[in-house]
Amino acid sequence: MAGNVDSMADKRFIVSSSPHWRSPVATPQIMRDVIIALLPASVMGIIFFKLHALLIILVSVIFAVLTEAVIQKALHKPVTINDYSAAVAGLLLALVLPPTVPLWIPAIGSIVAIGIAKHVFGGLGQNPFNPALIGRAVLLASWPVLMTRWVWPVSQAPWMQGFDALTTATPLALLKLSGIKTPYAALFFGNVAGCIGETSVPAILLGALYLIWRGHITLRIPGYFIGTVAVLSALFRQDPLFHVLAGGLMLGAFFMATDYVSTPVTPRGQALFGIGCGVLTVMIRLFGGYPEGVCYAILIMDAATAVLDKFTRPRRFGEVRRSA
Amino acid sequence: MNLRSFLGGTHVPHSKEATAAKPIREARLPAKVTIPLHQHTGAPCEPLVKVGDHVLVGQKIGDSPAKLTAPVHASVSGKVAAIGYYLQSGGRLVNSIVIESDGEQQLSPDVRPRGTVEDLSSEDIVNIIREAGIVGLGGAAFPTYFKLVPPPGKKFDTLVINGSECEPYLTADHRIMLERPDDIVYGIKALMKAARVGRAFVGIEDNKPDAIEAIRRAVSGVPGIEVVALATKYPQGAEKQLVKAILGREIPSGGLPVDVGVVVNNVGTAAAVADALKEGMPLVERVVTVAGSCVREPQNLRVRIGTSIGELIEECGGFVKEPAKVIIGGPMMGVAQFSLDVPVTKGTSGVLALSRGEVEAEDVSMPCVRCGKCVEVCPMRLLPLFISQRAEAGRFDEAEEYNALDCIECGSCSYICPSRRPLVQAIRLAKSEIMARRRKKQ
Repeated sequence: MAGNVDSMADKRFIVSSSPHWRSPVATPQIMRDVIIALLPASVMGIIFFKLHALLIILVSVIFAVLTEAVIQKALHKPVTINDYSAAVAGLLLALVLPPTVPLWIPAIGSIVAIGIAKHVFGGLGQNPFNPALIGRAVLLASWPVLMTRWVWPVSQAPWMQGFDALTTATPLALLKLSGIKTPYAALFFGNVAGCIGETSVPAILLGALYLIWRGHITLRIPGYFIGTVAVLSALFRQDPLFHVLAGGLMLGAFFMATDYVSTPVTPRGQALFGIGCGVLTVMIRLFGGYPEGVCYAILIMDAATAVLDKFTRPRRFGEVRRSA
Repeated sequence: MNLRSFLGGTHVPHSKEATAAKPIREARLPAKVTIPLHQHTGAPCEPLVKVGDHVLVGQKIGDSPAKLTAPVHASVSGKVAAIGYYLQSGGRLVNSIVIESDGEQQLSPDVRPRGTVEDLSSEDIVNIIREAGIVGLGGAAFPTYFKLVPPPGKKFDTLVINGSECEPYLTADHRIMLERPDDIVYGIKALMKAARVGRAFVGIEDNKPDAIEAIRRAVSGVPGIEVVALATKYPQGAEKQLVKAILGREIPSGGLPVDVGVVVNNVGTAAAVADALKEGMPLVERVVTVAGSCVREPQNLRVRIGTSIGELIEECGGFVKEPAKVIIGGPMMGVAQFSLDVPVTKGTSGVLALSRGEVEAEDVSMPCVRCGKCVEVCPMRLLPLFISQRAEAGRFDEAEEYNALDCIECGSCSYICPSRRPLVQAIRLAKSEIMARRRKKQ
């Protein structure tokens, strides 16, 4: 044998099972991309609702990250705040809060979101429900008045003259309670009352496009979700465009209903998830006690995720149908 | 161009630039070769020679009476120095024959032309292929003669030739298609006759337009053979995905290509069949891609079976930097080696030396976040995250219920997983446990 080979034989090589290389895209990067994708909506929220919106976002994110760190320290687990997942939950929570809430509200919301909705179930990847939406739902149930105080970014839009008493209602509430329809342009660009990050459709779409371009989400869930809302509201003789643009549908469909952990992984499961979210949203908006139903629609469908995954397995390659 | 493909799969970097444009080079004659008696699917061979015997190139030195096996031949002329158990690329010790080369490369009298495709019968060709020890050269090393005879009650109607070479880095098939298109076509004609089929398709990924062109030119005027350009997507070269892409037929779960009337062979195998017919030369050498960022001069070498991979690396200028992993095969499905003192066998398509930066350490995995990317890429449309989750928990019955046995171990799921979960690794564990339990039950 050639001498050179002998000397090489001492070298130590890593021996492990194939595949031997990995896609460069890692989970922390995806989480970071979600934050990047949420920046346009966050910036628009700050422009519309000023400094207080920024403070809510900061408190929410900081408390989310702190809660994760404290819990993991206390449980003697590795602290994983640098995977950005807690920051994403904190940011999402802030974006679905009214811009008027006192700053202890996002703090409590983040503690609930991370401490209860995420870590009680085992941390990253284990939570059956979307943590940010659980945070919001708990806040809404606990402090209903604080959680429904709205402001209009442009306090006196010309078309609102004479409705001063109603200036603290969202477009969906205005429609539901008083039959007033906010113009499309205002709804689209987002200078209306609403949660910090939910009002500006172009900002949300810009972020969603980024996530699609990066390959992190597909149009399946948002497409079926928004499509179902449009079709169903039309069937109930409502204005479908209004229902698509108003409230939290855009933010919910692209950023909450696409949450990896709490939604189905099979293609058909994702389609059914989107349709279910759409049906529940329209039902709550038209027949429920709340003017908006996106948050509860997604949470209810989250509960169905395991069942959807179980019963919507793809037809595997070469599967022979028994009936055939 | 409307390219044919399959559902699922993933786009992996090709990394073929370093070797694709370089002609195949004849490797130096090794001072000795270690020829395993078991380098194929099926029964191991028994040695036909003794220590001290003088053997000639192409002389049969091992065979078995078993139905499924493949004889082995001396790849160098010289003296049988030892017969014993030596390390093979699979990590196992395999009974092997060590031959010290005398440098003469004297041919065995058995190496003589066997006749033309026209003159030989189907049975003759199958027999010649068996006696030549030809196995699938794509990496699976399944005995070719065995595939060519359909089981009773079944029939072939189509031969599919695999020229997709979808594994990154590997360019051996690509170079053979460029350099030996006429031999490939001759081999295809022989395989068609052996399998008694009237048509053949050669599937080639469209990242090799020159190979598509070369084979198209070689088949022009030959009736029944057609070249099909395939989308470049991993694992395009997997048997089931290839047949689906070319013919639209789905091999049933747990079935074989013959169940849809198809027999699949690799382009390199077709060239080896041509050698066996035209020259009577059994499978004693093959083309191996030696590449990876740690190899000084990556290239394709024509290598005598039994040459140690260390010698190939040396022939390519040695290492420029310390490799983290040395792999036989490609980075997606190849086998990591702990020693360079393992021989090239019939199934060795490549030897890769990859650096720390190219291979990811396995200790960085995070919890599954259910992103579903593994579901999107699985070419068998399985749910890798659920199978591996059950396997990691030791719940193999549930893994089986999730169709673990349908997994072709292409590695797409592990590749794409952003949490770096050992998905296919866990599924492999489940498969072997499920099979072990089945054997126990019987």
